Amino acid sequence: MDKTQLLGSVAAIGLLSAGMAGAETVNVFNWSDYITDEVLEQFTEETGITVNYDVYDSNDTLEARLLAGSSGFDVVVPTATFLQRQIAAGVYQPLNRDLLPNWENMDPELMAAAANHDPDNEHATIYMWGTTGIGYNIDMVAERLGEDFEVDTWDMIFDPEIAGQLADCGISWLDSPADMFPAAFAWMGLDPQSTDPDDFEAAAEMMSGVRDTVRYFHSSQYISDLANGETCVAVGWSGDVLQAADRAAEAGQGVNVWYAIPREGAMQWFDMLGIPVDAPNPENAHAFIDFIMRPEISAAITNYVWFPNANAASWEMVEEEIFNDPAIFPTEEVSETLFTGVTYDSRTDRTVTRLWTRVRTGQ
Amino acid sequence: MSAGNALTRSVPWRGTAWAMGKLGLSGRTLVIAIPMLWLLVFFLAPFFVLGRISLAEAIIARPPFTPLFDRAPDGSLEIIASLENFRFLIEDALYRNAYLSSIRIALVATIFALLIGYPIAYYIARAPEPRRTILLLMVILPFWTSFLLRVYAWMGFLRSNGVINNTLISLGIIDAPLRMLQTDFAVYIGIVYTYLPFMILPLYANLTKLDGALLEASSDLGASPMVTFFTITLPLSLPGIVAGSMLVFIPAIGEYVIPALLGGPDTLMIGRVLWDEFFSSRDWPVASAVAIVMLFLVVAPIMWLQSIQNRRGMD
Repeated sequence: MDKTQLLGSVAAIGLLSAGMAGAETVNVFNWSDYITDEVLEQFTEETGITVNYDVYDSNDTLEARLLAGSSGFDVVVPTATFLQRQIAAGVYQPLNRDLLPNWENMDPELMAAAANHDPDNEHATIYMWGTTGIGYNIDMVAERLGEDFEVDTWDMIFDPEIAGQLADCGISWLDSPADMFPAAFAWMGLDPQSTDPDDFEAAAEMMSGVRDTVRYFHSSQYISDLANGETCVAVGWSGDVLQAADRAAEAGQGVNVWYAIPREGAMQWFDMLGIPVDAPNPENAHAFIDFIMRPEISAAITNYVWFPNANAASWEMVEEEIFNDPAIFPTEEVSETLFTGVTYDSRTDRTVTRLWTRVRTGQ
Repeated sequence: MSAGNALTRSVPWRGTAWAMGKLGLSGRTLVIAIPMLWLLVFFLAPFFVLGRISLAEAIIARPPFTPLFDRAPDGSLEIIASLENFRFLIEDALYRNAYLSSIRIALVATIFALLIGYPIAYYIARAPEPRRTILLLMVILPFWTSFLLRVYAWMGFLRSNGVINNTLISLGIIDAPLRMLQTDFAVYIGIVYTYLPFMILPLYANLTKLDGALLEASSDLGASPMVTFFTITLPLSLPGIVAGSMLVFIPAIGEYVIPALLGGPDTLMIGRVLWDEFFSSRDWPVASAVAIVMLFLVVAPIMWLQSIQNRRGMD
């Protein structure tokens, strides 16, 4: 809670100063729980540019505001699959590399992976990346499935028998079909990047079959619920689950949370820093993005949010326990099993949303 | 016309009134013009924008729907509009179920709000003066904190290791926590709690006007308090009941926040479906069509209630 309150006050101060004539500002729209306040303060201290920081918890929210136009934001952080479609809709301006000297710090391999969605990384750079896997309460799961059960499997949520045993302590899924369908495909042995309507139909059928074991579908609530033992299994984004683990450890209530990357394969995603075409302060936006790409700043954010960055020069400054944690920076071996997301066309999108509604509501 | 006449009689207004008279405007027109303008700008205009989007088709662009006018290949101007989205709503059972489920939830919540609100309103209306003000204040007071915060507070009460469950467990009444959050039950609690003041206040306003002499007469003629209530108080308070019920029912149908925060995955309400169409499918045209259909579905019961009230007024 402290963090959100702080963010709130940062935003409030930002808004106040935005009202003052001539004040330099940059309007940043980022995911919730995804930065440390020190970074924002340091940026303002060094550049004199005030940061108006606002947050969302789903790509859909961001996209709706971008597509409506005149969002007023200078820097936004869409996931690469969403970025691709938004580029097609003409939402972003090309980045001016001359204003981004820290670009050279970025890891070429990861940037190449992101370039699948944005050729030549013309419009965006990687902010953080991560995987979609399973967060779990170590003790509650062991109590129900036995100490020896290997948790790195989608069986935890998709196998009716196993999920059924866990349902009473609370399972939550991401309310995000773009994450859930590929996970279902991976578990069913289908191509996780499939766009075949029959595959979606089959996956929806499968997920509807275990829907009764799901307590709720939400994309940020699970962080606090896992941390305070309200739920015991959550499909979640790596760093968010690890933040829950961190909060649980801090609270000292005997709740132990950890994160597993399912061995059947999990989605690797990239959150990208981009600048909308109608950004009111594009130069300040470049300054902000370049600031984030500084090795020590990237490292500070990773150390705080527990999501891996793509800033190769920063890795030696990332805390060892984080850099060596395979749940955060996956091992080579695990990396092989990861897959990237695909951008669906309009027709597929509608099918996916409709099927997802059916899964979620039983309608 | 009386307003206009009053204006012409007052000296400083004479010139203005004369000019308005020349233009065929009376003072009354002017007074009505302001709310009319308000409705035009903030209701009718957005409604037409919504209607226009509902006839378009979703595309990947900014904004994400087809323009109303477009150049055809031969250079002529063509209008792109179709009722396809409305057909889509009719064909897919999801929307029908969502509408019905919203109406059902709103209706049940309204009935509970009435059953709880009526005795409270009655008690306040019958209370002696200094206490009455305090009681009224207690009804209004929760409005001074954010609605969202109050819904979150309910989450704290209802969750598995929340206040209610922990109390019941420590008292030994239950062994395992009751599942209350993320159920329809929680949605009903949320709606009834949030909208209860909207039920109480019109009822209170109505019940304070109740003529005590009628009750005395009834009692003098030998009617029991029960009979008096059902034959005198209740029928006379019907306008209050209708007003309160409408104030609860109408916003409850389109409620999004309460089912999103307190409801379970299978709590199907139209506000949620609208959100999905708008945000997840990026289908603004279908979302607009859903909103328009909902508007008509909500207007129908209101007109019905209004007609009941009018009929009673004429009796």
